[in-house]
Amino acid sequence: MHAPQHLRYSKEHEWLDEAASPAVVGITAHAAEALGDVVFVELPEVGRAVVAGEPCGELESTKSVSDMYAPVSGEVVEINDAVVEDPALVNSDPFGAGWLFKVRIDGEAEGLLSADEYAAFCGE
Amino acid sequence: MTTDRRTPLDAVHDALGATMTDFAGWRMPLRYGSERDEHTAVRTTAGLFDLTHMGEIEVTGPEAARALDHALVGFVSKIGIDRARYTMICTEEGGIVDDLIVYRLGEEHFVVVANASNADVVAGSLKYRSTDFDATVRDASEEYTLLAVQGPASTAIVGSLTDADLPALKYYAILRTEVAGVPVLLARTGYTGEDGFELFAAPDDAVALWDALLAAGKPHGLVPAGLSCRDTLRLEAGMPLYGHELTRDTTPYEANLGRVVRLDKPEDFVGREALAAAEADVRRTLVGLTSPGKRVPRAGYPVVDADSGERVGEVTSGAPSPTLGMPIAMAYVASERAEPGTRLAVDIRGKAEPVDVVALPFYKRG
Repeated sequence: MHAPQHLRYSKEHEWLDEAASPAVVGITAHAAEALGDVVFVELPEVGRAVVAGEPCGELESTKSVSDMYAPVSGEVVEINDAVVEDPALVNSDPFGAGWLFKVRIDGEAEGLLSADEYAAFCGE
Repeated sequence: MTTDRRTPLDAVHDALGATMTDFAGWRMPLRYGSERDEHTAVRTTAGLFDLTHMGEIEVTGPEAARALDHALVGFVSKIGIDRARYTMICTEEGGIVDDLIVYRLGEEHFVVVANASNADVVAGSLKYRSTDFDATVRDASEEYTLLAVQGPASTAIVGSLTDADLPALKYYAILRTEVAGVPVLLARTGYTGEDGFELFAAPDDAVALWDALLAAGKPHGLVPAGLSCRDTLRLEAGMPLYGHELTRDTTPYEANLGRVVRLDKPEDFVGREALAAAEADVRRTLVGLTSPGKRVPRAGYPVVDADSGERVGEVTSGAPSPTLGMPIAMAYVASERAEPGTRLAVDIRGKAEPVDVVALPFYKRG
């Protein structure tokens, strides 16, 4: 399973790049594969405060709708307009061009998994 | 429900990297890669489906036709030999037990194809309803694997593997032949809105037939296609799905399929009285909906009046349409709201999104 080592992961299958400034959030390749073709992405608005573990948007695929969860608490400072225009980026490049939003983190990110822990969590 | 039934192609699907899903107790391929790519292939070239989960029930004997006339809503004894008919089995109350394709292979020989989730119920009902007739009903599902080649290239693909005169095989006709050296019942039927064929073969021949079709199809752009794209294809084609558009609580008239009910049949059939009454009093109607937005109306979402928010119906199936590039849905709405052009709304997780009633199907092959 592809899960870059420098990222941290939530059990809801979001990834967080803490080293970036501001931090970047996306969903994992594992989640994108499970969803199937993503056709609609609803992202949180810039300026919104998101709370770790709580829904902050929606991912709609051919067969289903899934909530998007915030992997960390903070303020949304930028959203990926390209992925709103072309939701297929979530499938084709989930760790790159398919990133979802950037967040200014409040305090510390807690309860996130390392790449190896996440792979184990996904049962691979 | 446990997934304990596997098609003879189970290992083939795994080798192709399919995402598998449980469907009516069967382990079936949902998609092999991108379901949109598979959908587009069926519309533009061809797709290959494993449909072994469908049920096949053989009805034979001197009164096989009369027994089916009694058991089903269609006029089965009028079906010509080597032809097929879309029909339904209804309850005494007129509700739909299942929608079926009946193939007539001989004067006294029929194969009834039922949906996977209903195969046992249909076989049981047909047996029960045939007791007063000189006919034998037998669930033969274990004896058949079912593959489908669907899409504009299907005639070229299947034609390259058989001596049968495919251009002469009419829509809803069936013949016994060989494809790639495998004995099959070859029918020009399908559930995608495209030209195509369904091939009934012995389970032991499934892998050889699949491999031959895949190899012959490759130069024509054929790809393996899963149940996910099958659902968006049939939805675009306005075809109902059991458990969504069709249930025991809906009548064929509400589903705009009143034409399949042959009240003109000379003898009595199960559901006749209730269906005659239902024809005269259709309060809700199956319609197509399109949405100018991006969010998708899905099964179970309320259809509401665009102004007052009053509930006027319910979505039965919905998906983003790969061909039309917009969300489409089917829904039951109060019959006075069923006119194409009517503006309604769908409550999508708390927000009323505008939709327009449109004539079905959404897509018709050119």
